[in-house]
Amino acid sequence: MFTGTQIASLFTSMGITHVVSIADSTIGPWHPAIEASPDLHLVRVCREGEAWAVAAGLYLGGATPLVLIQCTGLFESGDSLRNILHDWKLPIFSVIGYRSYLNQSTLPGDTCLVFSEPLLDAWRIDYRLIKEPSQLDEVRAHYLACRDAGTPGAALIAEGKA
Amino acid sequence: MNATHRMPLVPVLTALHRARRPDDVVITSMGAAREWMALGAGPLDLPLVPSSMGTAPAIALGLALAQPQRRVIVVNGDGAMLMNLGSLVSITAAAPPNLVLILEDNGVYEVTGAQPTPGSPSARGDGFNVDFEAMARASGFREIFHYQDLDAWTRDIDRVLNTRGPVFVLLDVSPVPGAVGPRSPGPAPARARELMRHLATPPAR
Repeated sequence: MFTGTQIASLFTSMGITHVVSIADSTIGPWHPAIEASPDLHLVRVCREGEAWAVAAGLYLGGATPLVLIQCTGLFESGDSLRNILHDWKLPIFSVIGYRSYLNQSTLPGDTCLVFSEPLLDAWRIDYRLIKEPSQLDEVRAHYLACRDAGTPGAALIAEGKA
Repeated sequence: MNATHRMPLVPVLTALHRARRPDDVVITSMGAAREWMALGAGPLDLPLVPSSMGTAPAIALGLALAQPQRRVIVVNGDGAMLMNLGSLVSITAAAPPNLVLILEDNGVYEVTGAQPTPGSPSARGDGFNVDFEAMARASGFREIFHYQDLDAWTRDIDRVLNTRGPVFVLLDVSPVPGAVGPRSPGPAPARARELMRHLATPPAR
């Protein structure tokens, strides 16, 4: 739905300094543009629970990080996310790929569609569902609102293939 | 870990407490956090209580990247390390020269009653001792130190901490008998804000 260039420009316009990420088939192709951006640092981690902790350290150190993962990684993130967002109340923003939302041909009945949004609700993460290319600016608007409120937030970006 | 050569935890940490620079950030978890707070945590220290077990090295990585002018020291336990072995690889991929990861290996989950970890020979049918030093090397660390003797650790500590990172330090330590988990020194959000306030002032060097 979006190109890497669009995403890198978006993150730059949001004032993001570090993108902590694990690739999926949608997010991975964005990585080269993020790496090529002079204003962004891509930090690769090995599991998504680790991503929240790296972002926490970056935030505590004065940087402006963002977590970029797939929804399956959100499922993996539980205890780390709980500790960072709710115990320490660090307002980390995330962009989360919503697997199979636009197309279930590869994974018919993908349970990502069952659990992603309820899980975001359960973790009390204020999110916006981005399912049209025209909604890209909503990511920035939601990020700025969360930043000003000092709360975590997420953009759940519909993905077209598994 | 060779059970006949284990250092007592408190003197090991006392040596670190003396050797750290005032502008270093020191992150501690679990038993190390408990003892570090007893020794006296400074304004740039982060006893990770409450924690998500295993995340201390990842938080240290983020801090080291955000604060390249400061040395960031993280003291992790072997049980916590086993929960997040991938962080060894993430650290060496980012390769912050200002990060020192100290792993205190006592072979047990100390704060829950000293049950052996899966890496401990006593918990394994094969009696194999999981080799954290080899794991660090295989994960890409090039500066690796291993101590079983308190005098040697105390003698070398300045050189170890001053080595260009990322640095991995394995310390074989004894479990603290009857140890309990660390108690939170206060509300975490307020402590986070205070740490950020102190980190906003560049180190005077």
